[in-house]
Amino acid sequence: MPEPAVPEPAVPEPAVPEPSVAEPSRPEPSTGAAPALEFRDVEKRFGRNTVLSGLNFTVRPGERVTLIGPSGSGKTTILRLIMTLETLSEGYIYVGGQPLTHEERNGKRVALPGRRVRETTKRIGMVFQHFNLFPNMTVLDNLVEAPVHVLGMSREAAAEKARGLLDRVGLAEKADAHPTRLSGGQQQRVAIARALAMDPEILLLDEVTSALDPELVGDVLQVLRDIAAETDITMLIVTHEMQFARDVSQRVMMFDQGAILEDGTPEEIFTRPREARTQRFLSAVLE
Amino acid sequence: MAEDLVRLVDFLPQLGDGLLVTVQLALGGALGSFAIALLLGLAMVAPTRWLAVPARIVVEFFRGTSLLVQLFWLFYVLPLLGAELDPLMCGILALALNYGAYSAEVVRSSVMHVEPGQWEAALALSLTPARRMFRVILPQAWALMIPSLATLQIQLLKGTAVASFLTLQDLNERIDILRQDTGDTLFSYSVGFLLYFVLAWLIQVTMDLLEALAKRRLGRDPSDAGFVGRLVAGAGTSAGAGEADAPGTAEPAVAKGGAR
Repeated sequence: MPEPAVPEPAVPEPAVPEPSVAEPSRPEPSTGAAPALEFRDVEKRFGRNTVLSGLNFTVRPGERVTLIGPSGSGKTTILRLIMTLETLSEGYIYVGGQPLTHEERNGKRVALPGRRVRETTKRIGMVFQHFNLFPNMTVLDNLVEAPVHVLGMSREAAAEKARGLLDRVGLAEKADAHPTRLSGGQQQRVAIARALAMDPEILLLDEVTSALDPELVGDVLQVLRDIAAETDITMLIVTHEMQFARDVSQRVMMFDQGAILEDGTPEEIFTRPREARTQRFLSAVLE
Repeated sequence: MAEDLVRLVDFLPQLGDGLLVTVQLALGGALGSFAIALLLGLAMVAPTRWLAVPARIVVEFFRGTSLLVQLFWLFYVLPLLGAELDPLMCGILALALNYGAYSAEVVRSSVMHVEPGQWEAALALSLTPARRMFRVILPQAWALMIPSLATLQIQLLKGTAVASFLTLQDLNERIDILRQDTGDTLFSYSVGFLLYFVLAWLIQVTMDLLEALAKRRLGRDPSDAGFVGRLVAGAGTSAGAGEADAPGTAEPAVAKGGAR
């Protein structure tokens, strides 16, 4: 794979459109501020299977982006790469202009040490499909652990903040409860509060309602709508809740076979998709 | 038979001494093997080969050589190299190394069997590797490793009988003296049977209790950890009944799929 000439990470590079990709209709990010997130020539392989290849895109600070596409199209892999749960096969990811796991030094791709990677990942939060609360800790301790041990907050300050966040997700009275005693919807709201306790600049939501009973989905989505309305956290969302995606995000990226098929506003993608593949996908999920 | 019992009563102090030696070997061996198991088990899952490979070699070495040979080596060869250990220390060390190597494999596999989601959540919170292991993974792996460790601890107890090769007057040795005293082989060895069985049963009960407590701490059902587990489960439900469902919670407090 030829190495392209790579500009300084601080200079936002316009998302290189695939031939079939629609020109983004929104204005390009203004020069100056680094993009919240930048993928540059990203490739991800699992063994011989290439999941993502030649992927380039940027996300502006505060932007809410929903990734849609058939399963296996690589959208969850994108979130997992950002959270460093998967290792990048080729290319670079920049967070706020800083290289995440690899940087280019004298024309060579160099892996960054773990300590430096964590300096970047602590600005990113992730909420998982299966909540992944720590069952060996109370709800409050789940929220306090990382702020104290990663951000160096005092235990008192972290606990006070955690109680505030639990109140915000409607679970103030569950602070001392055991996570397994909560319903799935409650566990997911705790998981959201746990991610927010780190004051992330970027929040990754990976199918956060997919494991929930239908009647519990509403509360979780409402919490997320509130957070979207009240904060300027950059969000990347993988979801099958199309109405939620439409309400919360300013941008929708349609993926197919590891590449961006279409990239536009929710209005464009949901009501006037250009690609037949997108139309088929949407009619299948909206059924 | 009555005569045997009288002999046994006379013999009780000596039997007690033997029991003490066996308990010392078993307890010392258990603690030592657990320390070695943690050290080697965690080294084997370390991300760097510089730890993982040597740890694996040590484990395979001690698993692959006989306890008796290790024991003789410590007892007869170490003095030639200028380090003399008393027989009890030799016994404890050999048991700790041998069963520690087996237990290390249990620690390693339990750590690897903690749900991937737990590793991922710890990583997503940017916890350091040490913090991830000791605060998130190991407390959950602990509940997984206890049943296998219990089996190994009971094997270790039975392994203490090799100590009589080291001139130690352990339970096994005393039983043999009792046999010579009474001349009743059936009786003496039956006493031995019973005493070892009681010791093994005490180990099992202790490990069941540890397992039940570990499971309760993780919010899981402790009741499959023997009768102790059912006791702990019973205590748990009566204590937990008070905190069930605060009025006004819209959602049922029954976890769906558990905290993963």
